[in-house]
Amino acid sequence: MQKLSFRDKIKEARINASDSFRGGKLMSSIFRPGSPFRKGYVDSPRNRSYVVMNNVLYHLHPVKVKRHGVRLSYTLCLGGLSFFLFIVLTITGIWLMFYFRPTELAYVDIQNLQTSIAFGSLVRNMHRWGAHLMVLVVFLHMSRVFYHGAYKAPREFNWVIGVILLLLTLLLSFTGYLLPWDQLAIWAVTVGGNMAGYTPVIGAQAKFGLFAGLEATTATLLRFYVLHVLFLPFIIVIFMAVHFWRVRKDGGISGPL
Amino acid sequence: MVDIPEHLLIRSAEARAKALGITVEQALAEMKGEAEPTVISKEPDVQVIDETPAPVAETPAPVAETPAPATTKKDTPEEVEFAPEVKVTQRLLTVVKAKPIQKPVSEPVDKVNTWPHLMLPEFVSLMAMTAFLILLSAILQAPLLEEANPNVTPNPAKAPWYFLGLQELLSYWDPQIAGVMIPLLLGVVLWMAFPYIDRNPETHPSKRKFAIMFYTFFLAGAGILTIIGVLFRGPGWNWTYPWIDGIWFDDLLDWIHFE
Repeated sequence: MQKLSFRDKIKEARINASDSFRGGKLMSSIFRPGSPFRKGYVDSPRNRSYVVMNNVLYHLHPVKVKRHGVRLSYTLCLGGLSFFLFIVLTITGIWLMFYFRPTELAYVDIQNLQTSIAFGSLVRNMHRWGAHLMVLVVFLHMSRVFYHGAYKAPREFNWVIGVILLLLTLLLSFTGYLLPWDQLAIWAVTVGGNMAGYTPVIGAQAKFGLFAGLEATTATLLRFYVLHVLFLPFIIVIFMAVHFWRVRKDGGISGPL
Repeated sequence: MVDIPEHLLIRSAEARAKALGITVEQALAEMKGEAEPTVISKEPDVQVIDETPAPVAETPAPVAETPAPATTKKDTPEEVEFAPEVKVTQRLLTVVKAKPIQKPVSEPVDKVNTWPHLMLPEFVSLMAMTAFLILLSAILQAPLLEEANPNVTPNPAKAPWYFLGLQELLSYWDPQIAGVMIPLLLGVVLWMAFPYIDRNPETHPSKRKFAIMFYTFFLAGAGILTIIGVLFRGPGWNWTYPWIDGIWFDDLLDWIHFE
């Protein structure tokens, strides 16, 4: 029998250790049977299916999708990017919450965030531009869906949910607009809130409910803060779950044209 | 032995009494073992039914004829043994074919594996978006003006950019129309109901020219109004040219100063 060199022995020991770790109790408890993390990944149609099936993303993606749907020029990934921007905004938003109080101190908190907290300015910028970008991307996603006629049967109801999601995105962006508590914030929200005041019949009540008073004050700030960080994200996540679920139940991506 | 609740006993006694054509009290007594069961005397009655199958299907429960049993039993004793098997206690109303609730589509569709054909491009586009956002945030500073002061109104006071088209519309028409009715009716009701209004099943643009035109007009209108609101409106909501008078849009303050 050929004598193994030291290098080969090390290599063999490494492979053995890796195999016993991947097949061990710990990995078996974390990953599902058939997961590439347990048995290694060799490119094969079977393993390609296993990657999706043994992944939490199986809730989002089926094992196979229509060929025309994966062309970047078909969707431009706009729906996925909308969702991704929501996640980015959630992460940066939670980070910002550590340094922000929705009181008279809000403005000072933002100033401190920009001047004395590491990456504060960058994260705030990401949150703000990401929010503008999300409004834009959601709107473009809606336009893409319209031009492809993707709202037609059986997808009518998912279009309705999509419009609700667009409105919720606008509301999220609008409520966040007030939070820096500077002149731009308060007057933009005053203009928007006055528009709500023109609602027939319940105009005064709508404006009062929005402002928590007759004009934008710190009470409005607290109201918008709670809407922005808790209420609206909670609602939008529910609608997003239904939206994604319906995409698959209605037969996956629409088309081809 | 388990005690059977009284109401259940009575209910089954009623059913038994109806089926056998006896009184409820008698059925109850039979079930409690206080009286001789009626069932044996009923067997020949079934024999009569068997000879005339057609009306059986129509009659829910055969009516017992008390004198009949004894004679029939004597005449044809061997057939009586098979009688219980043909006893019909239910009617056939309709036959429901087994059918799945969701219709499986049998047409072959050209499909590819999600991994890697969808998930890799998705991942790349997410990374590209992250890179773009970080770069943008590093270059452009988000605006922060002076602290909010309800006593000092800026001129002009502008809404966020996605509402500036509406604010522009507001300067033309009555606020009840431009500020509420148009966004509510056009923007929400019509928009949500659109798939239910447009019943044309075609998806190719050449076969749905009106819908395409409608949306493009909407897009162009909203775009033009927003651009006017962002760039061409200055103090007092008067028309200004951005290249002559400057831009009144604080959201891109840093970008404006950058020039």
